[in-house]
Amino acid sequence: MYGDTIAAISTPLGEGGIGIVRISGPEAVEIAKKMFRSKRGGWEKAGSRSLIYGHVFDREGEVVDEVLLGYMKAPRTFTGEDVVEFNCHGGIVPLRRTLEIALENGARLAQPGEFSKRAFLNGRIDLAQAESIVDIVRAKTDEALKLAVAQLKGKLSGKIKEMQDNLLGLLAQVEANIDFPEDDLEEAAGVKIISTCEELIREAVNLIRAADAGKIYREGIRTAIIGKPNVGKSSLLNAMLRENRAIVTEVPGTTRDVIEEIVNIRGIPLKIIDTAGLRETEDIVEKIGVEKTMQVVEQADLVLLVLDAGRGLDGEDLSIMNLIGDKKTILLINKVDVEEKKIEEEKVKKLMPECPVLWISATAGKGLNALEEKIAAMVLGGHVSATDAVVVSNARHKQALVKAAGHLSEAVEGTKRGMPVDIVAVDLRAAWEALGEITGSTVTEDLLDRIFEDFCIGK
Amino acid sequence: MRCPSLEYRAGKYDVVVVGAGHAGCEAGLAAARMGCRTLVLTLNMDNVALMPCNPAVGGPAKGHLVREVDALGGEMGLNTDRTSIQMRLLNTAKGPAVHALRAQADKKLYQMSMKRVLENEPGLDLRQATVERIVIEKGRACGVVTGTGARFDAAAVVVTTGTYLKGRIIIGDLSFPGGPNGQFPSVGLSESLAGAGLKLGRFKTGTPARVNRKSIDFSKMLIQPGDEKLHNFSFVSDITERAQVPCWLTYTTEETHRIIRENLHRAPLYTGAIKSAGPRYCPSIETKIVRFADKPAHQVFIEPEGRNTNEMYVQGMSTSLPEDVQIAMLRTLPGMENVQVMRAGYAIEYDFVYPSQLKLSLETKIVPGLFTAGQINGTSGYEEAAAQGIIAGINAALYVKNREPFILTRSEAYIGVLIDDLVTKELDEPYRMLTSRAEYRLLLRQDNADLRLTEKAYRIGLVTPERYRTFEKKKKFVDEEKERLEKTVVPVTDQIKKALGEMGTAPLPQQGTTLAGLLRRPEIGYEQLRMLFPGQPELPGEVKEQVEIQIKYEGYIKKQMAQVERFQKLEERKLPGDMDYGAIKGLSAEAREKLERVRPASIGQAARIAGVTPADVSVLLIHIEQRRRSRKVKDEE
Repeated sequence: MYGDTIAAISTPLGEGGIGIVRISGPEAVEIAKKMFRSKRGGWEKAGSRSLIYGHVFDREGEVVDEVLLGYMKAPRTFTGEDVVEFNCHGGIVPLRRTLEIALENGARLAQPGEFSKRAFLNGRIDLAQAESIVDIVRAKTDEALKLAVAQLKGKLSGKIKEMQDNLLGLLAQVEANIDFPEDDLEEAAGVKIISTCEELIREAVNLIRAADAGKIYREGIRTAIIGKPNVGKSSLLNAMLRENRAIVTEVPGTTRDVIEEIVNIRGIPLKIIDTAGLRETEDIVEKIGVEKTMQVVEQADLVLLVLDAGRGLDGEDLSIMNLIGDKKTILLINKVDVEEKKIEEEKVKKLMPECPVLWISATAGKGLNALEEKIAAMVLGGHVSATDAVVVSNARHKQALVKAAGHLSEAVEGTKRGMPVDIVAVDLRAAWEALGEITGSTVTEDLLDRIFEDFCIGK
Repeated sequence: MRCPSLEYRAGKYDVVVVGAGHAGCEAGLAAARMGCRTLVLTLNMDNVALMPCNPAVGGPAKGHLVREVDALGGEMGLNTDRTSIQMRLLNTAKGPAVHALRAQADKKLYQMSMKRVLENEPGLDLRQATVERIVIEKGRACGVVTGTGARFDAAAVVVTTGTYLKGRIIIGDLSFPGGPNGQFPSVGLSESLAGAGLKLGRFKTGTPARVNRKSIDFSKMLIQPGDEKLHNFSFVSDITERAQVPCWLTYTTEETHRIIRENLHRAPLYTGAIKSAGPRYCPSIETKIVRFADKPAHQVFIEPEGRNTNEMYVQGMSTSLPEDVQIAMLRTLPGMENVQVMRAGYAIEYDFVYPSQLKLSLETKIVPGLFTAGQINGTSGYEEAAAQGIIAGINAALYVKNREPFILTRSEAYIGVLIDDLVTKELDEPYRMLTSRAEYRLLLRQDNADLRLTEKAYRIGLVTPERYRTFEKKKKFVDEEKERLEKTVVPVTDQIKKALGEMGTAPLPQQGTTLAGLLRRPEIGYEQLRMLFPGQPELPGEVKEQVEIQIKYEGYIKKQMAQVERFQKLEERKLPGDMDYGAIKGLSAEAREKLERVRPASIGQAARIAGVTPADVSVLLIHIEQRRRSRKVKDEE
């Protein structure tokens, strides 16, 4: 596997201006020389980390694209091998062509996550860092990006190592006491075990909570905007998008070309569901079917129910309320500027006692800040914000932390029950190993497979 | 001295053991008991099973080794029981996994007793001779030649020369060739081993002075008696009573430290006369003073060397300082103001064989039929030596019989941990067994050594039928009693409830519980069960102990067993012996070098090598997976 050279398109496919074909391996330079020509020859001697302007040619000598070639010489590269990157200009077709030519000239198409795998295996990054790369690529908001970068920088690894060190210090005391019972060493008394473990449990729980928060930052919150026709749903959507639009991506393959709108609320990506549907019902005066609303609510993590202050509560509103069930909901009374308010806040509160109620005007832009704050508070529950910078944004990490916290709790339990200290050491060691699974210092057989399964191609 | 022309054919044996120390005795007895014609050669017949240092056997981890050697049918446990003058069980405040038995032995009696066993063992010959050379023909070990020209032919040779190889005694400014305790060193043999292609290193160890009991004022010291309860190392000991003698505890003082500090320039460790590494866990007193400079006082134990002598061993004051300094510093200890030294302390430097050159069976990789065991492999301690000795003896016998070697793994025995560590890890100081070296300490208890090992030893023919019968009986009792406790429900009577309350333990749970359920509580032991339910069957102490441990710690034991299962998976990923590590890309240079040197048998063992990182292990995993796949494809074509 390490004899060969791999290649892949390292940028997401789409109508972007620039795309990158990355080649890594012992033949990277040879392959590049076969397919690239620049005015300035001998670029490979120009030294690492240079960008050279030139063209990619196919076997027949036809120009495929105008490119900038980046050359990074092993071993201080991302993968630890020689890396050549073609920064291509022209969109999907020339990009794909460039990749094909690389493959024709001896490269092999990289498997999912293979570049990162090589980086890990060549000791350039540890496991936690390897996984964070996925997150950087997928980051949809600045917050998510910050978190992923922090992890790449090794902040998570640093925190885990700190925890491991504390645990190791405790274990060492326990062990020393066992092996040298006649020396007058300080006893790792039960009290010390309990206090150290409880402190570590607190740290682990914080990281676990951050995992949940991190997940939110990574994957976003599916949000449904519901309400009877003409209450102002699409106005609300437009108002939120106008201020906060993050990304618009096309999801091909569906019959209606649904556009998934992502709105950035304080760094939390809100994925508004079925926005096309929202818009259509405004143009065509159509009764919203009960099934439709149910469908939408079912998929949602968060529901925004819009009521019309000018029209008051009627049977339709009530039947929609009944569909919500126990989903997290915010009630928005729209058109706050209307002269005669036909809705009483108290009545609404009585109908849905656990839901916050806000008065807004979507068209005038009123109350939107309060809405954002409310959403952030509800979703994060006052937890970690990304500036705390140590994050666990990964299911595998969270699982390992949960395991570690479990073992530590068992250690505390055992000590309180009166189990002797060397028995409790079994749990302490298990906790230490669980932490090691995060950074990869604990080797388990299936570790590699599980991690690299998640990677997408080209990274 | 080599005089080939004076060589004469002196005898033919299956196994020849060179050295009759703790490793040599176990090796010789094991080989003979497995039916091999065995010769044990010793430099000095009067020093068979000599304890050159501490007249003690056991302690944490070391005691475990003794019990395992006994469970396998070895002799150290029985011999210690016969000659012990004090027994103590340590770590009793902690869990049973780390209870450790420690014995003070009567040195002279220990030697005489062990020598007698060797002399009377059928199939075993004991002779005094200095072995100068290992005979190697066609690349295989096939005998030894002594200093007087006697050539003994053998199918297998076990070298257990302890600290005698090119031994050099160092006392302060003096140094001279010598083995421990004023004996001759072994010179030719060291060169013979090097000539065979084995790489040798140099270690040092030390011993303290011996002082005269009559010159000590014990009123200034703390007495340390033996336990009142009778303990035995061996599972089949018939000792039922033992008169014990006490040890004494005193401390160093500022004055002691001052004297040492002022004379450091005369301490060979600091003048550079001793360059080799000494054991970290057994440092000389001068090392302790320097390293733990803030500690105001160090413990010193005064231990009798036997019932019939006034020699007392000064534990904790191992040294290489000059004699005059030794006397001065000893006299600063409370109670030792007028002490008379009978033997001076000294340091000894010696050659050892780097154990990474050995297979897990203790056979050398480059010379088939040549085995090494004991301190020659860089370990320290009598118990570590005995453990290796019995394994080497067993495997020499199996080698002669052309059978598969006997290997214990890390999850089966401390002996397994010991040998795996020696063969796999870097050795830069003498290796001493510690409980922290065992990952599965809860499973490797000193109370269950027989349950783990006796069956195995029986199958290779090392355990006598009597011992096996005793073992089977115990096992039967344990299993039956466990079942009884699990099945007997606790009657819910007022009397019981009251008694539980008085004991300070929780009341009976709603759904009721069994006797086993009560025993699981940390505060309830067999004695408490007896008080609650008189009329229980009378069982031997060790049966009750075993039952209580298995029931009380069942949950934790299961946890460890799950860990062992995970560990086994990596141990089962075998690495081919002819693997070309140079051809595998992605390995770090250090890993490549270590892997080539150690040639691990499995991924698990590879992961334990210092310098092989998890990333390197991943590379290996990928590589063997690819090999497996491409082989599969080839097979299908």
